[in-house]
Amino acid sequence: MPVNYFPAEFEVLRNYDKCISCRACERQCANEVHYYDADFGKMLAHENQCVDCQRCVCICPTGALKIRPNENSFRKSANYTQPLMTEAYRQAGTGSVLLSSMGTPKDYPVYWDKILLNASQVTNPPIDPLREPMETRVFLGKKPTQMKFDKNGELDTTLEPSLTLNVPIMFSAMSYGSISKNAHESLARAAEGLGTFYNTGEGGLHKDFYKYGANTIVQVASGRFGVHKDYLNAGAAIEIKMGQGAKPGIGGHLPGEKIKEDVAHTRMIPRGTDAISPAPHHDIYSIEDLRQLIFSVKEATEYKKPVIVKIAAVHNVAAIASGVARSGADIIAIDGFRGGTGAAPTRIRDNVGIPIELALAAVDGRLRHEGIRNEVSIVAAGSIRCSSDAVKAIALGADAVYIATPALLAMGCHLCRSCHTGKCNWGIATQNPELVKRLNPDIAYKRLVNLVTAWNHEIQEIMGGMGINSIEALRGNRLMLRGIGLTEKELQILGILHAGE
Amino acid sequence: MKINAENMSFRELNEKIRASRGRRVEIENMLGQRYTGSGCTGKDIHISGIPGNALGAYLTGCDITVYGNAQDAVGDAMNDGTITIHGNVGDAAGYGMRDGKILVKGSAGYRAGIHMKEYMEKKPLMVIGGKTGDFLAEYQAGGRIIVLGIGYEKQCPVGDFCCTGMHGGVMYIRTEHAPELPAQVLCEDADKADIKAIKADVELFAKKFGYDAEELLNAHFYKLTPNTSNPYRRLYVNN
Repeated sequence: MPVNYFPAEFEVLRNYDKCISCRACERQCANEVHYYDADFGKMLAHENQCVDCQRCVCICPTGALKIRPNENSFRKSANYTQPLMTEAYRQAGTGSVLLSSMGTPKDYPVYWDKILLNASQVTNPPIDPLREPMETRVFLGKKPTQMKFDKNGELDTTLEPSLTLNVPIMFSAMSYGSISKNAHESLARAAEGLGTFYNTGEGGLHKDFYKYGANTIVQVASGRFGVHKDYLNAGAAIEIKMGQGAKPGIGGHLPGEKIKEDVAHTRMIPRGTDAISPAPHHDIYSIEDLRQLIFSVKEATEYKKPVIVKIAAVHNVAAIASGVARSGADIIAIDGFRGGTGAAPTRIRDNVGIPIELALAAVDGRLRHEGIRNEVSIVAAGSIRCSSDAVKAIALGADAVYIATPALLAMGCHLCRSCHTGKCNWGIATQNPELVKRLNPDIAYKRLVNLVTAWNHEIQEIMGGMGINSIEALRGNRLMLRGIGLTEKELQILGILHAGE
Repeated sequence: MKINAENMSFRELNEKIRASRGRRVEIENMLGQRYTGSGCTGKDIHISGIPGNALGAYLTGCDITVYGNAQDAVGDAMNDGTITIHGNVGDAAGYGMRDGKILVKGSAGYRAGIHMKEYMEKKPLMVIGGKTGDFLAEYQAGGRIIVLGIGYEKQCPVGDFCCTGMHGGVMYIRTEHAPELPAQVLCEDADKADIKAIKADVELFAKKFGYDAEELLNAHFYKLTPNTSNPYRRLYVNN
């Protein structure tokens, strides 16, 4: 008998009083967990294939299903935990690198939850956003540092190219390939409806989505997939991806199985071949080299579009951002280590990088100190989970935030963290046509619009409570923040006082 | 149209090229201006002097001829057209190029042809007359790279770490000395069919730079291709 070294991670609990053996769960599960056993005359489950995506639970017409963690437990150890032991068994069986998806589930400090917001009382009264105008429009790009006049003494009003966001929230990069065409369509239409931007990721831009170009950020990464002149000119801005919060220092690898016809066409690589993004850009070894790539895309687009440089939050992020700000970039996106991914080696995802809160505060502080904060806008990314996280990010110094995981949640994702398997039962992180059609873009885009609209209302209410009526007045306004349960050092890095001070 | 590039900024130079009416543009006294022809379409650019980095980046159907040496990042992510260099070329030539041709009479620096790729009828070509530095064709995913090693017959004309991570495309090296290669790359003696496959490419090179194609082809070539057993598939286990 072969030995199974580790048990199924989840238990499928089926209430047979409720189950009518309609087999909907069986049809809905791409992992082939559920099956009908004719001999027993009832539904059974291969529990070891379950990833806890909750699709069957949500679809079961009689509410007969529950998925919960397997209660079987290895002998408890605070040091050698069950996941660590299971991972050792997996690797001993295969000799392979552990691959995971989405943001790290590990229990690292979430500083958003240790920062409290201010509100006005008595003096400087709160503002009711339902009654008074409340400005959440944001302009991203270089800001002029001095006034210039022409020969006739007229003020020079030409500005560097910029992005105008009606809400301080954009959808961050998710490539076509890692997510489905319907998911991309939903993001594109939602960005258009909201007056903000979505990001192609590094997989190129599908021909059907060029029409959303005014609300599109096109990405150039080390693999240069689908990058050509029309692509660069299709979007409102160009993002050069240097790193990603979930996997700083490594590249990407989209397995050949996900490279179906349409993805192959968009990435411009043969069908079924692995799409490998090298860890570095092989033409960038310095800030000067980065400047060269920035200006080569600016030349190719005739200086009409702002260039974003996306970097992962790593130990020296402030110094790196200072270099990026001097390299000619218009916008810096900083991606914290709790951010999501379609696939990353587990050990990298769970151990490399630093939290966005600390990185953002350090970068904003450094750029201000050096007098170059106006040279760039800052976009914070990497686990902005709700509107109050966004408000705290802006008060720490961000101009706007990128969200991706909340956008996936709006489309139905239940964070089972199995994107890399390509069997997403919600039709998001898959290229299987049967699964993709489960995601209806007509519904999903409205849910995305709803989510961001709701967040924007909440941002306005929080700002109103502070007595602030413009997002410009919130940006970098750290007086609106207080730490709770943080050390002196953490408060110093965040540049905020402790609650009660 | 003739442009005297002396003391001209790269931005002004590129604006002049874009604004020029005719197809033919002659640039004289070029001294290190970058991004020449970046994203350019429908021009035939002739350069005297030394162009700066990122010559012909994102090139889309232009011909660029340099009567001398070129610097780094020539033809970065280029899509179509031909870049002809009558001298040597710097580092990172043809990075991520998808189509078009880069022909270099002399040698190439480090990291030439990295992540060259192909798609359907788009098949890029790079021919290097002399030798190349290290890291040639890392991550090659498609297209053809031909290294002729002219003048370097007594040594292997490619540097170390050639073809690391190669997973598509093909490379031909005109030499008796096989390079050291990773296990994932197959190195074979080119046969008659292979020589026939690169005949037109070598003839084009010979015509541009005044060589005898017959003579160049009448030599031993190695043919490098990715080993079909995918080296990356077994790298990961779902967790």
